[in-house]
Amino acid sequence: MRTVKMVKRVLTEMLRDKRTLALMFLAPLLILTLMYFLFQSNTDQTASLGIRNVDTTLVKAIKNDHVHFHDVSSKESAKTIIRDHDYAGLISQKGDQITLTLQNSDQSKSAILKQSLQKAQIKLKMEAAATAIKGQQKAIKAQQRALSQMQKSLAAASKAAASENPSAARRQVKTQTPLTTASKPKSATTYSVNTHYLYGSSDSTFFDTLLPIMIGFVVFFFVFLISGIALLRERTTGTLNRLLATPIKRGEIISGYLAGYGIFALIQTLLIVGFTILAFKIQILGSVWNILLINILLAFVALAMGLFISTFASSEFQMVQFIPVVVIPQIFFSGIIPIDQMANWLQPIARIMPLYYGASAMSNVIEKGVTFIDILPKLGILVGFAALFLILNIFSMRRYRQV
Amino acid sequence: MATTIQVSNLKQGYGKTIVLEDINLTVHNGEILGLIGPSGAGKTTLVSTIMGMLRPQEGTVTVLGQKMPNRKLLAKIGYMAQTDALYSALTARENLKFFGAMQGLGSADLKKQIPYAAGIVNLNPDLDKYVKDYSGGMKRRLSLAIALVSNPDLLILDEPTVGIDPELRQQIWAELHNIAKEGKTILLTTHVMEDAEQSDQLMMIRNGIAIAQGTPDQLIKDYQVKTVEDVFLKAGRQQDAHS
Repeated sequence: MRTVKMVKRVLTEMLRDKRTLALMFLAPLLILTLMYFLFQSNTDQTASLGIRNVDTTLVKAIKNDHVHFHDVSSKESAKTIIRDHDYAGLISQKGDQITLTLQNSDQSKSAILKQSLQKAQIKLKMEAAATAIKGQQKAIKAQQRALSQMQKSLAAASKAAASENPSAARRQVKTQTPLTTASKPKSATTYSVNTHYLYGSSDSTFFDTLLPIMIGFVVFFFVFLISGIALLRERTTGTLNRLLATPIKRGEIISGYLAGYGIFALIQTLLIVGFTILAFKIQILGSVWNILLINILLAFVALAMGLFISTFASSEFQMVQFIPVVVIPQIFFSGIIPIDQMANWLQPIARIMPLYYGASAMSNVIEKGVTFIDILPKLGILVGFAALFLILNIFSMRRYRQV
Repeated sequence: MATTIQVSNLKQGYGKTIVLEDINLTVHNGEILGLIGPSGAGKTTLVSTIMGMLRPQEGTVTVLGQKMPNRKLLAKIGYMAQTDALYSALTARENLKFFGAMQGLGSADLKKQIPYAAGIVNLNPDLDKYVKDYSGGMKRRLSLAIALVSNPDLLILDEPTVGIDPELRQQIWAELHNIAKEGKTILLTTHVMEDAEQSDQLMMIRNGIAIAQGTPDQLIKDYQVKTVEDVFLKAGRQQDAHS
């Protein structure tokens, strides 16, 4: 009864606060749209490379769509040339020694240059190997001819000596056989490769990896902030104190908040998931219902956490100060950087981040199509987080009323 | 006469700081008790303890025959806080409805009680305005109406007359006396001497200790002074002389 009135009040207040509503519903869509466009264009990046006294064969080998060549004739240091022309790198040759100097202000450009050079080296080595094989084959053929002639003459000789020593001649012929088979001219096999993608296509960008994580994150972030600030306002204006002077139970206050803001979190989640499906045409291998379920649980954790963290803030300004401490680290451990590539001591930290469980369950449903049973343990942990923070909330309200 | 509030040997504080010591207090049905004292004397702490927001460190508090703290008993206590604790995004009517419902009033009771409570503080014409558009005095009056809306047996008012003009103050006092005549008990804190003179009983608190207690007339007589204000000043000097 009281909880219902609490929910009604929270909804009325929220509906009258148009700006907060806009923040909650439009800002996530704006962020996701921006990210969509930002991560689309990074595939056709090119790097400019200065070239000084390099063998043309090597230059030819390096050549690809992502590298622009600039011939350099000046004798100045690599540093000066790169600075003056804003090249991503400079390659120069002295005898057998090749030096690649990189500006390295943009690591992705450096990576393009390094990769191109490596590829070129492999290409050249392969070519060298191929010519070597050809040369060998010729030599072998010549040898073969010489051998067969020798065999013939040997055979003639052995016939003559057959009565004395027949086995010796046979042994010699035998040893000859392996060489003959080995020297059969091999036809070079050309493999044709067909790539199949379980998720996405050859056009997939980093955005496709990022999106499941970001959906979880924006829901988490906005619900955390708004619910935290709402309860904080209730503390600072004294209405919480006033409310506790009525026979309401502490649990009823918390559940009223949970249900009231939960409704907005639900609408926000539906909006975000619907938007990503319709506008970005995101491919979802698993069930949409699982995605909604994960997001709603994440929102509940954020809600309970926001309410709890607001206990430690005495103003809206202080509440915002908790974002770098509580929210930002969660992004790092949410799977944008793969957890199993982290240092060993860092990995357990991910295990205490609610967003890690939410985001990895999201990625698994969207990209690997796992079922409800597979994400159940992670959902269970999220429920555990929410329960933990709710209990802490009920205890922290003892400050205001001891019964 | 039945006892509404009974406080015996109360010691109260936060952690190791002691705010109140040796407080004994009895308030009967139909009485208006005024708690006076400088700010920081411990008035609000005493009020919170009587309401059961704080558990007594030592001693007992009984309200309407029940030992405090007692959550359910809060339904019978109307409370007006020192700060205007109102939802500014809601209208005055919505605030009254919400807090009334929290006190346990059904919608039929609310329909009857809201015009009554708002009438006492002259807010009926402005009930459907948003609280954020209210002036300071209007907010104070709305807070009082919220305390009155559930028609409680015990009314606890923390500084009720701050920011209320003299005419309305008189009107409110007349209504408070009416409420008391019905057998309801009123406890209010104040540092306005006019309010103190209107009370049936006075308790003067200074540095956490009750320095004088009695009816205004009795106190004036006992201390051989002319006004309640002088009683307070003289009692304060005596307290300083003893310590």
